[in-house]
Amino acid sequence: MDSGRVTTTAEVRAEELARTSYGRLLAILAASSRDIETAEDALADAFARALSTWPKSGVPNNPAAWLLTVARNRQRDVVRSAADRLTVSIDDVATGRMSQALDGLDPDAIPDRRLALLFVCAHPAIDPAVRTPLMLQTVLGFDAEQIARAFAIPTATLAQRLVRAKRRIRDARIPFLVPDRRQLPSRLSPVLEAIYGAYAIDFALVAGVATRDTLAGEAHWLAVTLADLLPDEPEVLGLAALLSFSLARRPARGSVDEFVPLDEQETSLWDTTLISTGERYLHRARTYTEIGRFQIEAAIQSVHCARAASGYTDWAALGTLYAALVSISPTLGARVAQAAAIGRTDGASAGLGALDAIFGESVQRFQPAWAVRAQLLHQAGSSNDALAAYDRAISLTTENAERAYLEQRRAQLVPHDGRE
Amino acid sequence: MRYALLLHYPQPAVSNLSDEDLKAGKAAFHDYAKALNDAGVLTSAEVLQTVASATSVSLKNGSLHVQDGPFAETREQFAGIFVINVPDLDAALAWAEKCPAAQWGTVEIRPSAVRFVDGAWIAAE
Repeated sequence: MDSGRVTTTAEVRAEELARTSYGRLLAILAASSRDIETAEDALADAFARALSTWPKSGVPNNPAAWLLTVARNRQRDVVRSAADRLTVSIDDVATGRMSQALDGLDPDAIPDRRLALLFVCAHPAIDPAVRTPLMLQTVLGFDAEQIARAFAIPTATLAQRLVRAKRRIRDARIPFLVPDRRQLPSRLSPVLEAIYGAYAIDFALVAGVATRDTLAGEAHWLAVTLADLLPDEPEVLGLAALLSFSLARRPARGSVDEFVPLDEQETSLWDTTLISTGERYLHRARTYTEIGRFQIEAAIQSVHCARAASGYTDWAALGTLYAALVSISPTLGARVAQAAAIGRTDGASAGLGALDAIFGESVQRFQPAWAVRAQLLHQAGSSNDALAAYDRAISLTTENAERAYLEQRRAQLVPHDGRE
Repeated sequence: MRYALLLHYPQPAVSNLSDEDLKAGKAAFHDYAKALNDAGVLTSAEVLQTVASATSVSLKNGSLHVQDGPFAETREQFAGIFVINVPDLDAALAWAEKCPAAQWGTVEIRPSAVRFVDGAWIAAE
């Protein structure tokens, strides 16, 4: 065997492991010490040793167990508790003299602690703004720089927030526990929100998003992981379904230069495998007859995705679903989307009535509300009002592609302008 | 209506930045200015050097006082200005919240009162 090839294999194996078992190993290491920072250092050290050792000694039979043993030794070295030290020394491991003890150590046999880790990341005592980055770093192994890029904040700022959160977890002794049945509903919701947050940052914190990496795939990965860990929670399944459907439609959503609204997307670009994954999760969620926000949002996406087969959008079904969503989660976005659906089924004036019924000052600054209003007024033939609404929607739009779309709609209106 | 977006952020955020952060920050500001420009609302944009190079001048106490440093020593320093022309405060808010500096500092929105054009002061429209 030529050595270049061995190196490549070892590196590829280490990278694969970093992707698939990083969170699993870190959760095991952190759960016993409650010290995420030290656990991260120990695991990073183990990966570094793997990269220098495996090319020479070969990839061990159970690489995850190898990494866990090396990391645990490292953790104990840091703690400087000689009594704690494992019988397998780092030198033994590093030189490839694997003791049999290693084969007995099977990370797959150790209960998965990632669920506890996710609950720690979204603990009520942790600042909501840092929960999503914390999950991305600890469960998926992203470094601060990658996360900072996605959130469009300086790496130093994010790194500082992450360190502060981890010290808080350690110093305040936040337990690595999965909440019991009684507490689960209230504790699960921030976990779901944080995972959804990884998906939603895609929708622009800073204007001109061209250079930003998207985390939609990672959010989906987290949601699917959570669904594997909590397969009997309908809202968990709902979130996994929602993100599967949303990710499936990504290729058709246009680009930074071109905005394609959902009901005009080319359905042949949608990912059918992801759509059926979404349907599977949604179907399983429905067997629990316990409705929630993410299940309804997933059902809405499912109706949109059904257009790929049927060729039309079932607006009546969407109207019913939005009504249900508004009744349990009356966000501005849900109410505006409901008004748009009403406009499709019951006509423009009914849609406008629904828009007018939304109270609060914030709706006046809410760009989607003005985009929908412009469209409904356009449909109703109130050209002058529609023009004014388009102007306002355009003035509130910071994305080029979407503004271009609205300007194009507005231009279609002008020939009818003389009518009023 | 013209609005000045005044950027304030802590000084160390600039001096302690790594090259990558600086690059990322510049890229964010480039995208932001380009988005404003593409929207046809940008009047001018200026990002200032750090307060280390500031000099302050005053005659308010009767004699000339030239001071090495900024007008006020505060944690968050005035660091840049974008002047935009948008219909109303809501539109200005929409742009201000998308400003990269809002991620690590504060963006103050101030409507313009008068401006000097072609030899005369004109009031805000």
